[in-house]
Amino acid sequence: MTADVPSRLALPSYGRPRGVHPPLDYSGYRSTALRHPKKPLVMLPQRLTEVTGPLLGDELIMPTDSDLTMQHDGEPQGQRIILTGRVLDSDGRPVPDTLIEIWQTNAAGRYRHSREHHPAPLDPNFTGVGRAFTDAGGNYRFITIQPGAYPWGNHYNAWRPAHVHFSLFGRAFTQRLVTQMYFPGDPLQPIDPIFNSVPDPKARERMIAQFDIGLTQPEWALGYRWDIVLRGRDATVFSGGADR
Amino acid sequence: MITPSQTVGPFFAMRLPWPDGPFVVPEGTTGAITIVGRLFDGAGNTIPDGLIETWQADPDGQFAHPDDPRGPSPSGYRSFRGFGRCPTAPDGSYRIVTVKPGPLPDPLGPGEDGAGDGAAEAPHLDVSVFARGLLDRVVTRMYFPDEAEANAADPVLSSITEQDRLASLIAVPEPGPAGGSLLRFDIYLQGDRETVFFDV
Repeated sequence: MTADVPSRLALPSYGRPRGVHPPLDYSGYRSTALRHPKKPLVMLPQRLTEVTGPLLGDELIMPTDSDLTMQHDGEPQGQRIILTGRVLDSDGRPVPDTLIEIWQTNAAGRYRHSREHHPAPLDPNFTGVGRAFTDAGGNYRFITIQPGAYPWGNHYNAWRPAHVHFSLFGRAFTQRLVTQMYFPGDPLQPIDPIFNSVPDPKARERMIAQFDIGLTQPEWALGYRWDIVLRGRDATVFSGGADR
Repeated sequence: MITPSQTVGPFFAMRLPWPDGPFVVPEGTTGAITIVGRLFDGAGNTIPDGLIETWQADPDGQFAHPDDPRGPSPSGYRSFRGFGRCPTAPDGSYRIVTVKPGPLPDPLGPGEDGAGDGAAEAPHLDVSVFARGLLDRVVTRMYFPDEAEANAADPVLSSITEQDRLASLIAVPEPGPAGGSLLRFDIYLQGDRETVFFDV
């Protein structure tokens, strides 16, 4: 440790969201049964490890990583879409220079994964994975194709609505988020246990992108806009109060 | 308003793993430690489709991050990534190669005015677990078995009232290759040996 460590460190603190995230124990989603902790979570004070986090560099990014239609020699099958938005914190501040990772099915609803057995065709020109960094204003942009619905074994005739998986880091360990983005007007959403595991209907809506004709490019691609909101920070001195 | 969490699902391996993900430091780094473990469900089965992520201070107990108010690390760990990521294998196992972090000060200082407890945090890693069937990540911490004194004074470990569960947070030394240090940190999502998880 350095000799000039100040006796008190000014650390941000991150609000603890209540009622936003799904419960870990959700009977509608069968796989939660043996995988959710049954004992109460222990309150972890937000100290140095929690208010910092990995700031991964752009050495992870290849030029074609944010354009999922350009990763092979030919063009993938399906409806080309532009997927853009901002990463913000809950106080409305942009989250700049943060890594976003996405993965999705192809247009036929098939993932390129060895344990995927859905008898829909693979597309030799589509892998379905992307990476991007947000810019100084928290903006991101992907070009991809509209993913398809696919069946899964949760219950009889179970189908997942079309979605894109998103992984985000934010600026701190507390802000880490893995989620899924859905498309407007999908009839499978009201009967999907994973979508509906989010208890608040308004919070569910926040997982649905908006179609945007202004973003849509004539003769080329439909535009969807989706903002992602991470936990906000209060730039206050670490408090010895109830949060400890 | 915050965007809700959703499960990472069974197919994250398409994107999230990368070749040096498990290597917080390159294998063979002086002082490197290897952390191995398995991820278990409530029936005692190993979980073959989980993802383990670790975040930690450098050996000086500092973070290469602007919100660490103490400034750059004195001994050249300025570019220390601090982050490890490893998917679990078909047998539920994972492996992270890193260096032991230093202890961390109480942000409130020595506590002369009663604000801080003055207790340093023992060396630890914050650990996130993602998997199909987990609608949100779960968070735990890994502490070190050769830090009995520091662990006893650690404010987070001290806050755990069920003494018999403390062991779930402390890695177990394993015989390893000469010159290396091998630690086992198994994670039980549920059951008699359920790991302590935190609300962060």
